[in-house]
Amino acid sequence: MTERVINWFKYASPQTFYPLAGRLIPWFWALAALFGAAGLTIGFLLAPTDAQQGEGYRIIFLHVPASWLSMFIYLVMAFWAGIGLAFNIRLSGMMASALAPTGALFAFLSLWTGALWGKPMWGTWWVWDARLTSELILLFLYIGFIALQAAIDDPRRADKAGAILALVGVVNIPIIYFSVKWWNTLHQGASVSLTKAPSMAAMMLWGMLLCALGCWMYSIAIALMRVRTIMLERERHTDWVRSLLDDKG
Amino acid sequence: MLTLLRAVIGRDLRLAMRRQADIVAAMFFFIIVVSLFPLGVGPEPDQLRRMAPGVLWVAALLATMLSLPRLFADDHRDGTLEQLALAPQPLGLIVLGKVIAHWLVAGLPLVVLAPVLGVQFDLAADALGVLVLSLLIGTPALSGIGAIGAALTLGVRGGGVLLSLLVLPLYIPVLIFGAGAVDATVSGLGPQAHLSLLGALALGGVFFAPWPTAAALRVALE
Repeated sequence: MTERVINWFKYASPQTFYPLAGRLIPWFWALAALFGAAGLTIGFLLAPTDAQQGEGYRIIFLHVPASWLSMFIYLVMAFWAGIGLAFNIRLSGMMASALAPTGALFAFLSLWTGALWGKPMWGTWWVWDARLTSELILLFLYIGFIALQAAIDDPRRADKAGAILALVGVVNIPIIYFSVKWWNTLHQGASVSLTKAPSMAAMMLWGMLLCALGCWMYSIAIALMRVRTIMLERERHTDWVRSLLDDKG
Repeated sequence: MLTLLRAVIGRDLRLAMRRQADIVAAMFFFIIVVSLFPLGVGPEPDQLRRMAPGVLWVAALLATMLSLPRLFADDHRDGTLEQLALAPQPLGLIVLGKVIAHWLVAGLPLVVLAPVLGVQFDLAADALGVLVLSLLIGTPALSGIGAIGAALTLGVRGGGVLLSLLVLPLYIPVLIFGAGAVDATVSGLGPQAHLSLLGALALGGVFFAPWPTAAALRVALE
């Protein structure tokens, strides 16, 4: 059995991870396109019109996945940042900084689509509701992380400082997720949960889950692409990057 | 442990007392920012009374932030910070001492000034009491959380603006519950729930914040 165990630590080095990421990226792009197309087809063509909200509800097919991912990516980012801080691995710091812009994008999309949905449904673009406010704080945290890393020239120090900030900010994630339960405000509760039957039509649920998978695969693909360029930039003085670039001419 | 804490606090207070202009400047910043609002939005007492808790709390946030860079910058420049980091005692404890000293110098004066400014906004006596109490409970959290940002931006270019970008989002809960306590008193709901949450934030902030701060200082000193 022992020889079948894959040595995962092998891929903790940029030199071995770079080609692996390069091989994986097309697959994740393909999956993203597949899930995205399926989800949007169900969402816009097959799912029934909502009895109360009319056609306007269809924005949830982007809004809910974007909100999920904005929180989930922050957790993943903080996880990599923590690993990098604890074990001093270069690649984890690079992963964290590669994920941050995608997370910020999804946090922004979540707020933006929420505003577009809120105008016809609540009659206002924005309310100072607990969940909206904490999602806004999440966007600020992403921006703070990116700004801090951009301001520090030494990449190793930037990684560590960003890691501490990311870990401090993790406090916000449960607050966002449970805000709707804790404070009974305008934003409705979760429609999907693991413990009870979802309070929405099965077709809508499938569309949403497929869209979420699509966004997820897109995030992985784009983060891997970004981490590849970060690797090249930071390791440009090493032999493997030189030989790689020489091979390409 | 306590001797160390007392020594750090005493040293920081003595240093601060030798540069009183800094403390006074931060206090006047607080007074000026608060005084700008009645000029900007008009002097109707009803409106001012409604705005007072939020305005005073936001001004307190900004005034605290103004004094944060001083927390470590001077010690970093003259090498004291490296000596402190080399000390056998845990760096987190030293940071805790510095946070307490920072609160005594930057937070406590705001608490003392707040009732005078509250009167300018025509706040009733019970609301003034809660305002002072909420600032008294909340400002230690501001010093504690701010220390993390101050340590992360130590010696970074454009540190001041970056500091506000990092620290202000983390201040939002303190602001919500602090101003919320006064609001609840004004509207007759009673401030207990807000003050309890504020107390929890302050205890959590002062207790936990020194450790990430110490980690950030070690990163900055590498």
